[in-house]
Amino acid sequence: MPYKDEQLSEEKVFKDPVHRYVHVKDQVIWDLVGAPEFQRLRRIKQLGTSYVTFHGAEHSRFNHSLGVYEIVRRILNNFDRKPNWNNEERLLCLCAALLHDLGHGPFSHSFEKVFKLDHEDFTRKIVLGDTHVNQILSRVSKDFPQKVADVINKTYEDKLVVSLISSQIDADRMDYLQRDAYFTGVSYGHFDMERILRVMRPMEDQVVIKETGMHAVEDYIMSRYQMYWQVYFHPVTRSAEVILSKILHRAKYLYDNNYQFSLKPAHFLSFFEGDVQLKDYLKLDEAVVLYYFQMWADEQDEILSDLCARFMNRHLFKYIEFNSNLQMKEWMELYSLFKEAGIDPEYYLVVDSSSDLPYDFYRPGEEEERLPIHLLMPTNEVKELSRQSDIVEAISGKKRTDHKLYFPIDFIEALPDGETKNKIIEILFA
Amino acid sequence: MLANHARLMKFFLDSNEVVGRKKLQKMIYILKKCGIPFEEKYEFHFYGPYSEELTLRIEELCNLGFISEVKEDKSNYYQYRYQVTSQGEEFLDHSPVELPAMEERIAVMKEKSSRFLELVSTMLYFDNLSKVEVEEKVRTVKKKQNFTDQELVDAWDFIGCLTEKH
Repeated sequence: MPYKDEQLSEEKVFKDPVHRYVHVKDQVIWDLVGAPEFQRLRRIKQLGTSYVTFHGAEHSRFNHSLGVYEIVRRILNNFDRKPNWNNEERLLCLCAALLHDLGHGPFSHSFEKVFKLDHEDFTRKIVLGDTHVNQILSRVSKDFPQKVADVINKTYEDKLVVSLISSQIDADRMDYLQRDAYFTGVSYGHFDMERILRVMRPMEDQVVIKETGMHAVEDYIMSRYQMYWQVYFHPVTRSAEVILSKILHRAKYLYDNNYQFSLKPAHFLSFFEGDVQLKDYLKLDEAVVLYYFQMWADEQDEILSDLCARFMNRHLFKYIEFNSNLQMKEWMELYSLFKEAGIDPEYYLVVDSSSDLPYDFYRPGEEEERLPIHLLMPTNEVKELSRQSDIVEAISGKKRTDHKLYFPIDFIEALPDGETKNKIIEILFA
Repeated sequence: MLANHARLMKFFLDSNEVVGRKKLQKMIYILKKCGIPFEEKYEFHFYGPYSEELTLRIEELCNLGFISEVKEDKSNYYQYRYQVTSQGEEFLDHSPVELPAMEERIAVMKEKSSRFLELVSTMLYFDNLSKVEVEEKVRTVKKKQNFTDQELVDAWDFIGCLTEKH
């Protein structure tokens, strides 16, 4: 029997708090789960620094990847023998679902920004490079790793396959909303996924939803909206993220200026030098990063040691609302005042912005280019969701941006009384 | 401070005005591919490389009053026109940014249609492949756009010409 068709003699199941069970029958999937590059995802938290705000949010990208796989598996069970669905693509979909986040590193968001990396590049490199994952995929067929990479990269020819993992109502989003809600303990993020899965139908280029399932989709979109603002963009989480980024900036700055670290930052060297090889990337996980932060808290460099101590001990920056339009001049003044007070504004005065677009649909001539959610009407016509749903229409294309200004209040309080301190306080809290 | 915003502002200043969001997206991507250090992250979307970050940053620049966005009704679709405001010029005075010269490249891109820039940016997205593979890939992922052989030839010429310009 060809490897692609090999089945385990007995189905394996992973107990899962969100989907109850994750079922594995394909030998290929079982082998991929056991690959070191996939096991590495156990050591990378799904929500990065959110655990400082929601102490339950310690779940990993491993959990989420299995969850996405399970949702796609259930969708494909429903698709079997339906028009427009080619079951030959089944294993490809399952592998792409399982591996879609494989290239995420520790605290991806900050690392990518500071070191100008792209986790999707690393996903591609792991899938196509000299790795265990590549060996397993290559046993299916010579071009199978490339196909998996193309699906994840959204450049695969069959857009229906791509849309299962990457669209406005895909398995990725359906898993992370529910999983993140579960682990953070918030009451948002819940929707009737079973109902949505039952009403999904394969079409030529994308998955559509039977019109009878519209209200379940409305619920899904609202929970996405709420999760973004209540969990993902939480200002305290962003404070930790700001400090984390500044630690990485400072460490790189020191390295570039020949600073002698007490502990040689061996795991970071290729990051500092801007030449990150796959083997170096795979060695860096959150345990390693936190070890360095712990050690750097005792470094001679005051900024690095302060930032690391803040991060490790959750001694975060305070924040105020910041209207960047109206307060640009104040920001510039604060920048100078911080300098005057000996508080380096490059590290201690940070504007952070968050924004999300809960749902948008394609309008001819506009370039948002998000694939809209389509409803399959009883007449077999396909209609864009926001044309049918008042709730979705109300939030379609509505962007919400939030700017906050972060700073260490303890440093400001510790300043000697005088004009500089008074001015800083006046601008920040007027 | 706001270094990424400042880089984009420099682009708008050099462009005088940009018409069309899709064109804007593709122009920044192509410049990025020519080595101009824009930091907005791009992914492959329906119409080729697309950056959500860029969309959000443009919106921020509008909110800041640094650029103006004029929505024009073109009967069956809307078109957006972007220009630097006096506030934007003031911001750039306070936040000088050094970027490699890009005026010539901007000028030739502005003359092209967004469809053509979509083709060019898609080809550049696959620049790790051979010429034959790039064309094959474009025909696969852009089936519906039906790019002609001549358009592909023109796009290759255009890419060649871009590398010689500033």
